[in-house]
Amino acid sequence: MEQATPSPTFLSMPTHTNCLAKRNIGDWLFALAVIAGTGFAYHRLVHVMDGTDIAILILHALLLIAVGWLWRPFRLFSVTVAALALFSIWLYQGDLTRSIDKETLNGVVKGVFFLKYLLSSQSAISWMSAFIFMATGAYWIGLAARSSFAERTGSALTWWSAVMGTVGLCVRWHESWLLSPETAHIPISSLYEVMVFFCLVTALLYLFYENRYNTRKLGAFILPIISIAAVYMLWLAFNTTAYQIQPLTAPLRSYWMKIHVPANFIGYGGFTIAAMVGVAYLLVFGAETPSPQENRPPLGLRASLAGHLPEPRVLEDIMYKAIAIGFAFFTVATILGALWAAEAWGGYWSWDPKEVAALIVWLNYAVWLHMRLTRNLRGTTLAWWAFVGLFVSVFAFIGVNTFLGGLHSYGNVSGS
Amino acid sequence: MPPSSPSAKFLDELIELLSSMRFAISLLTLLAIASVVGMVIPQNEPPNVYLNRFGQLWDPVFSALGLYSVYSTAWFIAILAFLVLSTTLCIIRQFSPLLREIRSFREHAREASLRGFALSASLAPTLPPEARCQAVTSYLSREGFRLRVNQREGSTLVAAKKGHWGHIGYFLAHGAIVLICLGGLLDGNLLLSMQIHLAGKVPTSGNQLISQIPPSAWLDTRTKGGFRGNVSIPQGQSRDFAVIASGDGILLQRLPFHIELKHFNVEYYANGMPKRYTSDVLITDKETGEKFEPTIEVNKPFKHRGIALYQSAFDDAGSVLHMTMHHFWVGDHPDSQPINAEVGGSIPLGPFSLEFTDFKPVNVESMGGQSKEDRSRNLLGSAAATTEFAKDMNSLGPSFSYRLRNSAGQTQEFINYMQPILFAGRKYLFSGTRSDPQTPFSFARIPLDEDDSASTWFAIRRIFFDPKRHGALVKSYLSSNKPNNEESAAAREGRKLFAENTLAAFTQDGWLGVTHLINTIIPEKKDNPSPEEADSREQMLEDTIILSETVLSALTQEAWKIAREAAGKSTSAMPNEMQELYIRDALAALNQTYFLPFYLQLDSFEHRQATVLQAARSPGKPLVYLGSLFLALGVFAMLYIRERRLFVLLKENEALVAVSSDRKSIDLDETFARHRDGLAAALGARPT
Ligand code: HEM
Repeated sequence: MEQATPSPTFLSMPTHTNCLAKRNIGDWLFALAVIAGTGFAYHRLVHVMDGTDIAILILHALLLIAVGWLWRPFRLFSVTVAALALFSIWLYQGDLTRSIDKETLNGVVKGVFFLKYLLSSQSAISWMSAFIFMATGAYWIGLAARSSFAERTGSALTWWSAVMGTVGLCVRWHESWLLSPETAHIPISSLYEVMVFFCLVTALLYLFYENRYNTRKLGAFILPIISIAAVYMLWLAFNTTAYQIQPLTAPLRSYWMKIHVPANFIGYGGFTIAAMVGVAYLLVFGAETPSPQENRPPLGLRASLAGHLPEPRVLEDIMYKAIAIGFAFFTVATILGALWAAEAWGGYWSWDPKEVAALIVWLNYAVWLHMRLTRNLRGTTLAWWAFVGLFVSVFAFIGVNTFLGGLHSYGNVSGS
Repeated sequence: MPPSSPSAKFLDELIELLSSMRFAISLLTLLAIASVVGMVIPQNEPPNVYLNRFGQLWDPVFSALGLYSVYSTAWFIAILAFLVLSTTLCIIRQFSPLLREIRSFREHAREASLRGFALSASLAPTLPPEARCQAVTSYLSREGFRLRVNQREGSTLVAAKKGHWGHIGYFLAHGAIVLICLGGLLDGNLLLSMQIHLAGKVPTSGNQLISQIPPSAWLDTRTKGGFRGNVSIPQGQSRDFAVIASGDGILLQRLPFHIELKHFNVEYYANGMPKRYTSDVLITDKETGEKFEPTIEVNKPFKHRGIALYQSAFDDAGSVLHMTMHHFWVGDHPDSQPINAEVGGSIPLGPFSLEFTDFKPVNVESMGGQSKEDRSRNLLGSAAATTEFAKDMNSLGPSFSYRLRNSAGQTQEFINYMQPILFAGRKYLFSGTRSDPQTPFSFARIPLDEDDSASTWFAIRRIFFDPKRHGALVKSYLSSNKPNNEESAAAREGRKLFAENTLAAFTQDGWLGVTHLINTIIPEKKDNPSPEEADSREQMLEDTIILSETVLSALTQEAWKIAREAAGKSTSAMPNEMQELYIRDALAALNQTYFLPFYLQLDSFEHRQATVLQAARSPGKPLVYLGSLFLALGVFAMLYIRERRLFVLLKENEALVAVSSDRKSIDLDETFARHRDGLAAALGARPT
């Protein structure tokens, strides 16, 4: 029987112990490309790396291969990002000012076109925002007009937003080196940078579920949230100096930070997706959809949505998966944060507002996971809880920095 | 089960409640809410902050509830204790069932119950019966299952499972909660407050010398509890105690070693931000006399005898400033004299006292502000190219700050830069002042001679503000500014009078004084001046102000000549247009500093810093770290190792496939379908 919603496929999921046997030629080519790239990076940069850096480089390569094998579309994504970022770096030729028009004695020298409008960090990040907004529109049209073409467009645009965001951050890292080697640092240390990171991680996580569950319908719910994050990011760029590359304060110059922050944002990304899927669940759950025999259009907006979106059972599953990945990474991030605090401030836990905020977010989702295991607190209660959880998370992330202060770095939202 | 007494029954019910999932959910929610309170209300501030914030009515209530130090209140600790209790009971109760679950294959499952599984299918194998079991087991092993075969009456059950180790995650993660809470308890304030209560320790206010601190505020090295305190050590000195903040006061923890600060070093970024700070210390163990010479820096602590020392901050520890004081006020003293002071010290100065508050060896300022229009550019191009960090960073050199306090206690605050600073293409000495610490400094720019010295300006300043020398100054002004045509004696007298009065007014009140003077010498027509009269008065005022500016410039020029000649510098050494700019700047600086009795110029300094280390002993840390490791592993195991059980019941003409798992999820359906098809292929069957 033909189902209203396609059933989820998990075909590329390696559920086997002998997962090497399941690799196709693309997987091996990808692994080879990653290894070659790693070798190239090692060759070029070995003189500035210490043992830990090299270990991180190797781990990073293994991680890329693992994610690429687990989720095949990620292979093309990584290769595209690498190609564009390397192209941009090549265009720079070690000279920062090539990305902008500059005045010299012989008149104005135009910036290199591709750098100025496409591949320098700020341009790439602006493109990311643009793609996010367009993707939101496309998904909405897809939902309203039931157009699978619009949905596929939305999907492609979301991919491109993730590509441009990642390229933007990679290039920004390179730019920070060009600016001054002592300022150089991985671009996840200011509020602006982590907002970009949040946008691209959430987009990627969403695309992962889109693939896994074979449904593009949820983009209309999740992309708007990413759009809001992008608007906030643009606001920061326009109204503050947060977009500038600033050197790190002494405590931030730590390896822990490089893992702590990404882990945290995978957490926030997962929670965000769960919240929006929760909204979809609340809209769909209990809505009356006509049975196939009745052959009439559904009555009312909710019913019409319900006929279009995945069934509540699938939504619940996505919500659980998203919270599970968010919770697992958030746990790791909080632990890393404690280790880092122990080294930087002499105590693994100081009841600093930011730490407490993380604890609250974490407890909140621990409660969610346990509620799911009880018999009578499931269904809409869980969906509501996931939705409200988003506000808790947003407050933990932005609110605490803005209103309460503390030890953490991106305190100064207003800039100067 | 033997019939139980009422009290045993009550106990059972209590344990049942405490280890129930609902109780856990309530506890975690309660803990989150309590944390919100602690997060929103700033903790451990001085009492008056809260009184101002919450008012007479609520402050005592909040205070009694312990909302100002939530995390050490009895009720908060009680929530944590219940969490530990509940989790422990939960682990104990789950222990044997889960262990059984991990061990068992359920190979005795009955056919009826297998048929009742939501996910089950019946296949009709075409393979000969002898080969079936072999086909099934090899398929399942290939798929990574562990299995057990149970031959029974007329049928064979292959019971297979995978991911059963995920249950270990449950013990790891929940055991971790217990470990972390216990470790945290060991390191928290709890033991410290017990010491305060049991050993009669009393925090002291901390406003006295170390030698005067009573023994009741000292904790000796025998105490083994956790603590966290600051050790502030000036360069070259040695300390053997840490200061622990406790409530409103402090306690002192004796350390089992001496720490001597050999050298403190700060590296700065180009924008003046500290990049890295390190303390080279010498640590001498009190018992063994062992010596260590570690370098402590942020993110690189040093540990000895269970006490870890962390780099936490740095401070000025009385840098010595060698200065020249250029006197401006008139009296019986040399024009300038050397003085020395320490940061943190003060010098009496007649009715004033001069307090030195700070010294900074490095100052960097971004000179280029960004306009709003520039900002649209931020969205294109490279982040780095538009970063202010990259451009217009001007190193301003060392600066020091001081306060001038009068007998009534009012203060005026100053900041002076040591080196000349380039501003709009010319070099100046910068001196900022303010009377309200909330407002930004307003800066005076003192112009420099061609040899970068400000001595000419200091001399001008002295000439200008010494009424005894006004006569000579005006005279020389009159003689060098003769009108072209013959001047009457009255006109000359008028010019002289105007110059004298303007000078006097300026030196009393700056430009304000001059404006005031002009307003009084040009009489106002009292009753209803006609519009023309008012206009003509306006015109006259304006002309006179311009005239007074010209006169003051000319007087400055005269003073400049006198000063240069006295110093043996020729006046022609400075090109004309430079002279003009110099005079303009000199007059502006005279106006900005007319109230200043002297100028302090920093000639050299000895930078003395104190490092602020944090000393901490955390006996619970190993527990917490072990717990954290378990937590991370346990959570991943629980969430990502999915238990799968697969049963194949082989009968005469049928193979029954059934799948179960401890958690329902959609991928289970898919797993079932895949294995059903895989087994069907292995058995040469089609689903019936
Ligand atoms: C901060 C405290 C806690 C954390 C972080 C935590 C974490 C978790 C996680 C992540 C799961 C897995 C959920 C899933 O698979 O969907 C779980 C399951 C469970 N938790 Fe907790 N938990 C905590 C406290 C408690 C307490 C206090 C109890 C007992 C009253 C408890 C009882 C259980 C039980 C019975 C399960 C199901 C285990 C299974 O069937 O494998 N938890 N917990």
